[in-house]
Amino acid sequence: MTGSKKVYADADAALEGLLHDGMLIAAGGFGLCGIPELLIDALVKSGVKDLTIASNNCGVDGFGLGKLLDTRQIRKMISSYVGENAEFMRQYLSGELELEFNPQGTLAERMRAGGCGIPGFYTKTGVGTVIAEGKEVKTFDGQDYILERGIVADLSIVKAWKADDTGNLVFRKTARNFNPPAAMCGKVCVAEVEEIVPRGSLDPDMIHLPGIYVHRIVQGQHEKRIEQRTVRKRETA
Amino acid sequence: MAWDRNQMAARAAQELEDGMYVNLGIGIPTLVANYVGDKDITLQSENGMLGMGPFPFEGEEDPDLINAGKQTITELNRTAYFDSATSFGMIRGGKIAAAILGAMEVAENGDLANWMIPGKLVKGMGGAMDLVAGVGRVIVVMDHTNKAGESKVLRKCTLPLTGKGVVDRIITNLGVLDVVPGGLRIVECAEGVTEEELRAATEATIVG
Repeated sequence: MTGSKKVYADADAALEGLLHDGMLIAAGGFGLCGIPELLIDALVKSGVKDLTIASNNCGVDGFGLGKLLDTRQIRKMISSYVGENAEFMRQYLSGELELEFNPQGTLAERMRAGGCGIPGFYTKTGVGTVIAEGKEVKTFDGQDYILERGIVADLSIVKAWKADDTGNLVFRKTARNFNPPAAMCGKVCVAEVEEIVPRGSLDPDMIHLPGIYVHRIVQGQHEKRIEQRTVRKRETA
Repeated sequence: MAWDRNQMAARAAQELEDGMYVNLGIGIPTLVANYVGDKDITLQSENGMLGMGPFPFEGEEDPDLINAGKQTITELNRTAYFDSATSFGMIRGGKIAAAILGAMEVAENGDLANWMIPGKLVKGMGGAMDLVAGVGRVIVVMDHTNKAGESKVLRKCTLPLTGKGVVDRIITNLGVLDVVPGGLRIVECAEGVTEEELRAATEATIVG
């Protein structure tokens, strides 16, 4: 039962001993979908500061990573799309918050590569744009590519649907998004899940992320807030 | 006379062929899905989904099921989910046949600007730079002129680029133009628009 040592009682316990000021954290999620909301709350409680966070977005006012903005714990964001919250823009425009824009696919690949032992890769994304400034350009078969670096984070925080007690993860629908690459790039990865199931109850052929990438697991209740509720009318007879 | 938003979307839908995997941007491109008819088209949502379905019925929204615009959507019987690295792997790898996107400016050499206006609020490029660099064919759907009546179809883009030399075809309220060596070639004029009117509204070089 060595695997069960990965299961922690709550998010505070799951982060204990892993945090230090100025660290780089990779976070899963897209918008508010599949974000590690319990671990974000625990980061707020911990008071750890001067964080650099690699995450596609930065939450909204008062929810998700937006909570860490309210408490001024973030020094720098590495993201593809931000500004869904007023506090982010206020801190950015006043110079309190640093921002590094990455194209979304470049950010995902930087995380995947970092987790796979690949320190850099060439991509055609961003060639001829501001994203290419200061980056090495190499021509392959007549096409220009820019060099992008893999990301290795001090800590990854991710959200999955189910885990077994060895850390094998299963995600649900589009809540998978950045969670697997974010998990892979961390020196340590903590996953929060909706349900921890006994080992043997997940189909080994249906594991989305093997437990080798996941060091600590915590189960909890998720709010799962919807950012843009869009519906269609039912046809009435 | 010119095409309205829905007519532009309907014209863009004619670009799609049976069996294509396609990524639709936000705005008018989203409307293209309403005009694919019987064609077997699979829509990609770059947050990690192939086979995107329509908006859910009220009460059936699922917070774990959204599109790249963060709107609640539904799945189809062909749907597949995957992570963001895999999603942009298929985009960068040229597996997506076409992307239909909005734009602020397009230039005659295929340069595209659609992600930032210096001095204004910048929210980020999201997946736009990856899409235009990677997909098989980039089709821009936009109004031909801005609110001040100035051409958005230019000799050279003035705004920071999303991609260099990436646009294949431009569909506007006034007509359809292709990016070809030396400039743009008029493919067709919108209903009620003359070639003279289309040329007058276009700053870019028109060849052929």
